[in-house]
Amino acid sequence: MTQHENHGDHHNHGSLKSYVIGFILSIVLTIIPLVLVMNQMMSKTATLITIMVMAVLQFVIQLFFFMHIREGEKPRYNVQTLILGLVIVLTIVLGSIWIMTFNKY
Amino acid sequence: MWENIKQFASEFFVTGDPLIYGADVSIALTMIAIVFVLTKYKKWGWLWREWLTTVDHKRIGIMYLIASLLMLFRGGVDALLMRLQLAFPNMEFLHSEHYNAIFTTHGTIMILFMAMPMMFGLFNMVVPLQLGARDVAYPFLNALSFWLFMLGAMLFNLSFVIGGSPEAGWLSYPPLSQNDFSPGPGQNFWIWGIQISGIGSLATGINFIVTILKMRAPGMKLSQMPLFSWSVLSSSIMIIFAFPILTVTIALLFLDRFAGAHFFTMDGGGNPMMYLNLIWMWGHPEVYIVVVPAFGIFSEVVATFSRKKIFGYKSMVWALMAIAVASFFTWAHHFFTMGTSASVIAFFAISTMVIAIPTGVKVFNWLFTMFRGRISFKQPMLWTIAFIPCFLVGGATGVMLAVAPADYQYHNSYFLIAHFHQVLIGGVVFGYLAGIYYWWPKLFGFKLDEKLGKWGFWFWNIGFYVCFMPQYALGFMGMTRRYYTYGWDRGWADMNLVSTVGAFMMGIGFIFQVWQIAYSIKHGERDKTGDPWNARTLEWSIPSPAPFYNFAVVPTVKDSDDWWATKQAKANGTYKEEPVHLEPIHMPKNSGIPFIMSLFWFLVGFGFTFGWVWIAVIGFIGVFACMWVRSFQYDTDYYVPVDEVRRTEASLGRVL
Repeated sequence: MTQHENHGDHHNHGSLKSYVIGFILSIVLTIIPLVLVMNQMMSKTATLITIMVMAVLQFVIQLFFFMHIREGEKPRYNVQTLILGLVIVLTIVLGSIWIMTFNKY
Repeated sequence: MWENIKQFASEFFVTGDPLIYGADVSIALTMIAIVFVLTKYKKWGWLWREWLTTVDHKRIGIMYLIASLLMLFRGGVDALLMRLQLAFPNMEFLHSEHYNAIFTTHGTIMILFMAMPMMFGLFNMVVPLQLGARDVAYPFLNALSFWLFMLGAMLFNLSFVIGGSPEAGWLSYPPLSQNDFSPGPGQNFWIWGIQISGIGSLATGINFIVTILKMRAPGMKLSQMPLFSWSVLSSSIMIIFAFPILTVTIALLFLDRFAGAHFFTMDGGGNPMMYLNLIWMWGHPEVYIVVVPAFGIFSEVVATFSRKKIFGYKSMVWALMAIAVASFFTWAHHFFTMGTSASVIAFFAISTMVIAIPTGVKVFNWLFTMFRGRISFKQPMLWTIAFIPCFLVGGATGVMLAVAPADYQYHNSYFLIAHFHQVLIGGVVFGYLAGIYYWWPKLFGFKLDEKLGKWGFWFWNIGFYVCFMPQYALGFMGMTRRYYTYGWDRGWADMNLVSTVGAFMMGIGFIFQVWQIAYSIKHGERDKTGDPWNARTLEWSIPSPAPFYNFAVVPTVKDSDDWWATKQAKANGTYKEEPVHLEPIHMPKNSGIPFIMSLFWFLVGFGFTFGWVWIAVIGFIGVFACMWVRSFQYDTDYYVPVDEVRRTEASLGRVL
């Protein structure tokens, strides 16, 4: 368990500032769709598209501010995992839309 | 006042059923007995120090195993009660709601509180030993995972005597699981029991991915890693992608019930089909999560007991990893009949058939490993050989179900019931039992008795076919799942009776296994060598039972099946004895926080289940307090001195 001995070097695990910025951005991106839906401010298609855009933006923010996607000694692992993650996220979202559109009434 | 208490108690406790009263009494007696024994023999301190606070992966594995066997018993009793009710037409043994509760708890317990913990038990018992590591990557998190599972399972089981059981099926589809149709705490027990243990499962998935990628012994390339560890990697990858979907889906269902949201309601813009869509995105990978480690076990067992290297190692790895990805592309086949476009159905029918290919590859690999091998029919091998034909038939009926037009006939009939029991019992249960028999000596230092085990084996196997083969026919004859009774005019009586007989045979098989364990504790063949099966991988190079630090000296790996290569070299005289150089061993310290934090999670679940938010708030405060305390603990590890290592090894019969 020699890994434990490396506890000393906290190399760029993000600063308090970057965490706070990430947190605030995530909150804002969550509140916008909520307000839009609660007050019915846009047409249905426009709302849907806005929610999607907000979701993608938040995904990117989480990756950079909390998941430290740029760091780590072996970026190849990161890229592999990211691709698999993206494939599965896209499957979940697009698959759901595909399956559920038939059911619209 | 007294009236109020009586009123409260009659709603709080489940009343009115003699079966439940009997269970109440037996639960109370068991609790009293446990407390009495622990107090009489002054074992409370021992329980706390050695078990409740342990972070040792082997002990955690043993606790998972015990919990899963208890849950197998509970789920099995549920199954027998159902089979009794269906044994004859117009039976008046269980009334309809009680039957609903029992099939719900049977399914939930068997998948989430039996199969999952038994799997995690095997992960814990084997993976670090197989990799030549001294523990998992995050021992504290590992203990936390276990206790979250345990308290989640206990919360779920509490519904049996307090508040009432869930009755909406093991996946609790809305609208049935919404407040309109399932008022009361039962459904909330289901939500919170799974939610809490699900957090633990996710953490275990992360833990084992990191362990496998980072903690392998020096020299062990991924391409030399034993196949069980590969299967654990595959399973863990599926866990970390699938379990968040479950967590979110159930959280949304909870919001519907608790906060009046409209995600899955019939009105207000909700859509119950969305729930099916989401839950099966978890549910389909879930069945692969539990079956893939079984494939890993079979690979180890087949190679060991055929005295041959596994056939097609690379194709095996490829197949395991292909399943990890492909399992995410088949979920819609669980609701073909619900109404979606033809192209969706075509896509998912084909993807379902495609996923059968990697599994077929594996079956051929196992067969070719046995081909011209010197097979010895020890218990692990028996279960493996029984698995192959059983799983083959289960897989074939699965492909039948994948044919979408035909599925409109089979859907939710007993044909489906027989199919998934065949893959889950024939694949998962047989696999885990093979694994338990195989690795038991490593954990406990003795083998399980062969003779009693064979009785258990044959009762299980014959019982299985007697129970489930008639159910395929019943499905064709129009019997659908979740019927609680049927009339003579249906013509289902004979087959149902046969099926019930088979179920009881499996029950007898289980009793033989319990007897076998009890008998072997005293009389089982002791394992003095540490390598009772003449096996191939690293875990067999250390003494049995494995010392708490696993490896006195961390091995350097040169080959796949490294321990076998070492033994061959020793036999040929080409083995170079290297001087043993002992060093102090770095180990994690025990911690009570995982247990305490999980108790607080239990409070959270319990509070929300009954809608007593203040209890949930106390629970959340406790959870955060535990996190806070842990964040500022720095003294979490220690070194085992060389002397102690030498003494421990000597007491296990190894001189260093």
